[in-house]
Amino acid sequence: MIEWLKKFLGTPPSSSTAKERLRLVLMTDHLALAPEIIENMKRDLVDVISRYVEVDREKLEIEFEREDRALALMASIPIISVNRPSGGDGEKPAVKERVEDAQTAAVPGSAAPSVNATPGEPPKRRRRKKTSSKPATAH
Amino acid sequence: MSGRRIVITSGKGGVGKTTTTANLGAALAKRGARVILVDADIGLRNLDLVLGLEKRIVFDVVEVAEGRCQLRQALIKDKRFESLSILPAAQTRDKDAINEEQFAAIVAQAAEQADFVLIDCPAGIEAGFRNAIAGAKEAIVVTTPEVSAIRDADRVVGKLNEKQLPIRLIVNRLRPAMVKAGDMLSVDDVCEILAVELLGIVPDDEEIIDTTNRGEPIVLDETAKLRVIYDKIARRMEGELVPFTNFDAQGLFGRLFGALKAG
Repeated sequence: MIEWLKKFLGTPPSSSTAKERLRLVLMTDHLALAPEIIENMKRDLVDVISRYVEVDREKLEIEFEREDRALALMASIPIISVNRPSGGDGEKPAVKERVEDAQTAAVPGSAAPSVNATPGEPPKRRRRKKTSSKPATAH
Repeated sequence: MSGRRIVITSGKGGVGKTTTTANLGAALAKRGARVILVDADIGLRNLDLVLGLEKRIVFDVVEVAEGRCQLRQALIKDKRFESLSILPAAQTRDKDAINEEQFAAIVAQAAEQADFVLIDCPAGIEAGFRNAIAGAKEAIVVTTPEVSAIRDADRVVGKLNEKQLPIRLIVNRLRPAMVKAGDMLSVDDVCEILAVELLGIVPDDEEIIDTTNRGEPIVLDETAKLRVIYDKIARRMEGELVPFTNFDAQGLFGRLFGALKAG
């Protein structure tokens, strides 16, 4: 009866609220307790992104933001220049282009982010890295 | 062969560590295992009281550590179970009256004469916790299905992982009717959040308060529903594969608990 009333009224059951809140707070706790994770992640992120664009390692910033229902990883990675794509893929060779404003790449966050990149693959042509500001939900 | 050394811990206080230690110890002893329960809560001794042995204390764990007495002199035999003894904590000393090495040595010595040494860990993650886990080879984490208890349990799981202790979980004071109504985290939720193997589910029941009031282990109460629960957990600790009670099922058990907890 109570169950039915709650469904009828559309209030989410408090257990799901509890689960969601715990999930977030534990992710935050785990990150706070393991600063080396963040350092390693910074290094790996830069390594991967550097295959495509030249970035300023010194000015890299990473932070975690608690949003309403998600924990987001916000990475600010200033791009110095964009590499010339390797030839042979039929594309016109791009001029190495200077990016005037430091671009911000937002990386979808998760407690243990995995960045997909196949080593040895020719870098894809990227003229300009667009700023994507909408963080993905962390799982 | 040396017995198993298991710390029973939770991080948060008041979730039922001591009650769990006492009743699991009694359940194992009832099944014939030789059990020594060690109270690691120096200054806040309670295991003796829960088991009704408070009047028989002569020496305590700190006095053993200081060499003032032998371990066997400090052990209190439970008259109801030939194979159950407890090593009481000191009540008038501080946590730092004993260190990790001393504690580990005492637990190791106890394990030579028992099948199970269960260590009742104090709340918190400071010195008392470090002492309690120092001599342990396995851990049982006790939690209730509440956000604060689970967060603290998670912290403790992290600490135990650092020590590479195998961990199993007891979800204590579950109210199946509330879970069914969506007002309490389910056992599955808790296991998923903590990512720890489940050892037992103990429903919330007033009868444990009653037996604890009397200083009697619940496994001795033939009418107690929880008796079966603790016996099952004891069997799982011994390595038996015992299916978990499904509290959602509308069996006699489910209906009984449902009726009790609906209000």
